[in-house]
Amino acid sequence: MQAAVLTNVTKLYGRFAALKNLSVTLEAGAVYLVLGENGAGKSTLLRMLAGLSLPTRGGLTVLDGPANKQQRRVAYMSHATMLYDELTAMENLTYYSGLRKGSGECACTGSPEMALRAVGLDPHLNKPVSQYSQGMRQRVSLARVLSADPEMLLLDEPFSNLDVHSVAQMLDLLKDFRTGPLPNGHARTIVLTTHQAELAMPLADYVLRIQAGEFVSMEATQTQ
Amino acid sequence: MNYLRTVWLHLEKELRLEFRSRDALMGMLFFTLLIVVVFSLAFDPTSQPTLARQIAGGLLWVGLLFASTTALNQSWSREMRNGVLDAQRMSPSPPSALFLGKALANFLFVTIVEAILAPIFFIFFNLHILGQASMLLALLPLGTWAIVVNGTFFAALGLRARSRELLLPLILFPIALPALLAMISAATGILTGETEPQSALRILGIYDTVYTTVSLLLFETILSAE
Repeated sequence: MQAAVLTNVTKLYGRFAALKNLSVTLEAGAVYLVLGENGAGKSTLLRMLAGLSLPTRGGLTVLDGPANKQQRRVAYMSHATMLYDELTAMENLTYYSGLRKGSGECACTGSPEMALRAVGLDPHLNKPVSQYSQGMRQRVSLARVLSADPEMLLLDEPFSNLDVHSVAQMLDLLKDFRTGPLPNGHARTIVLTTHQAELAMPLADYVLRIQAGEFVSMEATQTQ
Repeated sequence: MNYLRTVWLHLEKELRLEFRSRDALMGMLFFTLLIVVVFSLAFDPTSQPTLARQIAGGLLWVGLLFASTTALNQSWSREMRNGVLDAQRMSPSPPSALFLGKALANFLFVTIVEAILAPIFFIFFNLHILGQASMLLALLPLGTWAIVVNGTFFAALGLRARSRELLLPLILFPIALPALLAMISAATGILTGETEPQSALRILGIYDTVYTTVSLLLFETILSAE
């Protein structure tokens, strides 16, 4: 099964082409590390896979369907924390988890409390997120996407603002996440971007390189 | 049932955010209090009680409309911080539930301001109701909903615009004009007892129904815009 198929995808912002004729197939169950310089189109690619941005030209399917119809199966962690500053970590996660359980289809997701403990945070910490350090916010953000129990996890610069110990902890979590079973029997896919390639390399199966919005290469790593 | 639960989740979150920050309530309250004080000084309503009764309804609703724009802008700017709006767009819950939760929260905030403002307004303008006072129980919720349902919708429409604070009144005020005229007419009728407020209330009811339906139907398109 394929996690995502991009066929000659171009994304224009005004006259600026963030992605140019990108054709890539991402296999389900693999971890993809997307590398490229600033402005290469990494975040645009992730936003498109998340269904937040549509291609200007070309075809895109995610988990065998339109990218913007996969909200229950895809979770996205961006540069921004996507958290309400005035709420505590637990309140933020409980709110998002409540929204996912709306139709009763996904009552299987991990509890917010477990997700916070998994990223090394106290769920009962009675402080608004605005009073957290950058690293703590990053971990709450990771807990948010992990508690959604997605089939496809998209991480944009997940290691920024984290110390070495926290990065190692995050990598362990992602390894566990990857092997965790899904109720539908499908395999989990992770797509992550980073400028610290050496940190993510042990986790990655494939390295996708893009430059100035264009495909450069896709190579299997030694772990594959 | 699930839909109502989701609306409640959004509403609860809005109330919690406002309880912690008090941005919207404080802004609205001080703005409307200033309007009451400034107009009561400018017109000296105690010397002309008949005139005061005729203009009071208009002053009250126009003041509330101006003040509510600050709260309406606030409620969406919270969603822009930290990219929260993207998380909302990726949420599998119905987008209209987010709109309804936000509109209900704004309705509560404006109602709280009205509850504090109304007695002060009556004292400053030396008002005595000569018409059907019970009609205020229909006018206040219908008028408030007319302001917030449009305001919440158009504040969302201008969310990504650079000068959204300016854009909201530019779009909202002309569209709210029919409702505003009905609100003023009903309020003046209740205060003076010279006209029956029922027909104005009927217009407000129709206005609220039409704009609530349109807003609920179109909100998904607005939320999913890049």
